[in-house]
Amino acid sequence: MAPESTSIRTLTSRVRHLGSAKSGTRDAWLMRLTNVALLPLGLAFVWIVLLLAGKDEAGVKAQFAHPCTAIFMLLFVLVSIFHMKAGMASIIDDYVHAPRLKEWSLTANVFFSIGFGVAAIYAILKLSLA
Amino acid sequence: MADLDLNNGLAARRPLSPHLSIYRPTLTMLMSIAHRITGAALYAGTILLVWYLLAAANGGTAFAAAASFMHSLLGQLVLLGFTFAFLHHFFGGIRHLIWDLGYGLDHPMREWLALGTLAASLTFTVVLFGAAHFLG
Repeated sequence: MAPESTSIRTLTSRVRHLGSAKSGTRDAWLMRLTNVALLPLGLAFVWIVLLLAGKDEAGVKAQFAHPCTAIFMLLFVLVSIFHMKAGMASIIDDYVHAPRLKEWSLTANVFFSIGFGVAAIYAILKLSLA
Repeated sequence: MADLDLNNGLAARRPLSPHLSIYRPTLTMLMSIAHRITGAALYAGTILLVWYLLAAANGGTAFAAAASFMHSLLGQLVLLGFTFAFLHHFFGGIRHLIWDLGYGLDHPMREWLALGTLAASLTFTVVLFGAAHFLG
């Protein structure tokens, strides 16, 4: 069914790259990759939290002075940035339909995820290298 | 991006296919919804993690404030919710990985996986929260 149009652009050129989520396989693969990575890293995170539970400031600093604590926390945070960004993006894609609001929501999602990550990485480095 | 109307408003007049609300709730459906909700909750929960890490890095009154919140009743409730959301999402992630690999999609295996996720997340919430109190 050919719609009436005043444009000389072909229909194909007008819809190309306009998939609903603006991306496909890469996002799906990223979610599975981070899912697998977060299984051991999530366990490491739980272990570290249990070690930190109830510790005072000196105790927390001593715990982060251990290379394993710092490295596994950094890995957990780094992978989490990508996982949470992709997860929230799919929630926004599913529920936010108003064009402007959707674009701003996706933008805020990127800012929040990277902001969280950088703040956490800064704190972990400061704790462990102090 | 300019609004494209390739079919002269036809999309607005087309009937939508039936959505979630017409189906009787099933366990796998509820667990899928819970997986998304716990994911969003963990997203918000990162604020708590960053607060704790920055407070510990800065030390002094900042750490004392974060520690006193975590030990307050409200703080403990938030941490309990965070623990459950984390574990539910963690075990849900394992379930999704099993499904992605092509296993456990049949009845009744998918029901057992959903039930197992729920049981494991509830059990380990109690275990981990207990362990944290025992250690802390």
